[in-house]
Amino acid sequence: MDIIAAKGLVKEYGSFRAVDNIDFAISKGECFGFLGPNGAGKTTVMRIIHCFMPPTAGKVKVFDMDVTEKPSEIKACIGVMPQEVNLDPDLGVLENLIVYARYFDIPKKVSVPLAWELLDFVELREKSSAKIESLSGGMKHRLLLARSLVNSPDLLVLDEPTTGLDPHSRRAVWDKLNQLKAKGTTLLLTTHYMEEAERLCDRVAIMDTGKIVTIDSPQHLINIHGGNLEEVYLKITGRSLAD
Amino acid sequence: MRIKRAFRVWQRHFSVYTKLYKSSFALNFAEPILYLTAMGFGLGAFVTEIRGMPYINYIAPGIIASSSMFAAIYECTYGTFVRMAFQKTFDAILATPVGIDDLVAGEMMWGATKSILYGTTIIIVISLFGLVASPLIALVIPLLFVTGLIFAEISLIFVAKVPGIDSFNYFYTLFMTPMFLFSGIFFPIDTLPPAVAKIAFFTPLYHLVNICRAFALGNVAVWDIVWILVVAGLLAPYPFRLMRKRILK
Repeated sequence: MDIIAAKGLVKEYGSFRAVDNIDFAISKGECFGFLGPNGAGKTTVMRIIHCFMPPTAGKVKVFDMDVTEKPSEIKACIGVMPQEVNLDPDLGVLENLIVYARYFDIPKKVSVPLAWELLDFVELREKSSAKIESLSGGMKHRLLLARSLVNSPDLLVLDEPTTGLDPHSRRAVWDKLNQLKAKGTTLLLTTHYMEEAERLCDRVAIMDTGKIVTIDSPQHLINIHGGNLEEVYLKITGRSLAD
Repeated sequence: MRIKRAFRVWQRHFSVYTKLYKSSFALNFAEPILYLTAMGFGLGAFVTEIRGMPYINYIAPGIIASSSMFAAIYECTYGTFVRMAFQKTFDAILATPVGIDDLVAGEMMWGATKSILYGTTIIIVISLFGLVASPLIALVIPLLFVTGLIFAEISLIFVAKVPGIDSFNYFYTLFMTPMFLFSGIFFPIDTLPPAVAKIAFFTPLYHLVNICRAFALGNVAVWDIVWILVVAGLLAPYPFRLMRKRILK
């Protein structure tokens, strides 16, 4: 069964068309990546999938439910790791997880041990009572990842999970994501790092100005076009990711 | 909107409040006491009586009203705006089963709760000072929730419209402060020019002051209670509609 199915998806902001009539389907256990430069429409697609905003046209189904009809039910089964750090600065590290779990109706007797378990998973146990502002960038991203797992999601949506991180922290996040993938969690991510896509994704959709140019496995794209994914991208879209 | 989901937002604010209340509570509590002392004893030495009661007894119930107003307005202007625009707390919450309407309802409920917290504190203080004649004053407490909702609704409508956080100064200077001065807390508004007195009728604070003063004397201000219930209901759709537009922009 497809975890996500989008048909004829369009999103317009006023007269600007951010997502232009795209189709894609993502199956269970897959790691699927949206690849493209800033402004390609990746984040907009993520936001529609996790029901932050409705599409202008087209149909998007997540777990076979329409995003405009059952947003709460869909969100209950999704974990979201946003591009921007939006941890709750009024709460400590452990409290961030417990309060977040409460939005999913997870009672304290469940969420407290779970929060500790997640802190262990992202190696932040010793920071449990620290203030958010005292954490490094890499720690904040790891905590965001832990927070996105409080509801044991079947689908994890990651919007540029490692942008702005140093190579060491980036590898730490990749390592965790590979562990989740091995456990069968479906991963959907956006990135403009080719290495990230090559290491994590089973399939990638290359996006440019709101359209999907191609969908394929990174390896197959490299086999067809030659070189590495960066060069593939250049050949397909006629420009480099840095543009 | 579902109450349970809105309550999750309320619980988040309550968790933060119980962590930080020592620093914020004292401030909100000190200001009304300052007004009461300065006006009650200072001005009260010259204005010995209004409507047959000592000046400090006249203004004390009004301080319940103003304190509860300030609590809801600060919470749902500055507090809400910081959560929405700077801390991105709303984005984080909206990735959970909580929806925009639940979130807005949670903000309103929390603003109204703060109205109760601060208003009730003043009720206790002025009762201890012997400034309240009737135990009926306790009946004000549930009504503070209703007026708290009105102040929260107006604040959220403003939050949905302002370009930046500095704009709140307009709200405070042009709306909140005049209301505080001309709602009958410090003097009966029938001493004002009739036009100004008419404006006061359209402000929620004026009716809350009437309600507090009536209960403090053992009376019930029926029409003022009707006014706040009707207005709370009439305003209700707008914060939802406008905040949705703002958040999705």
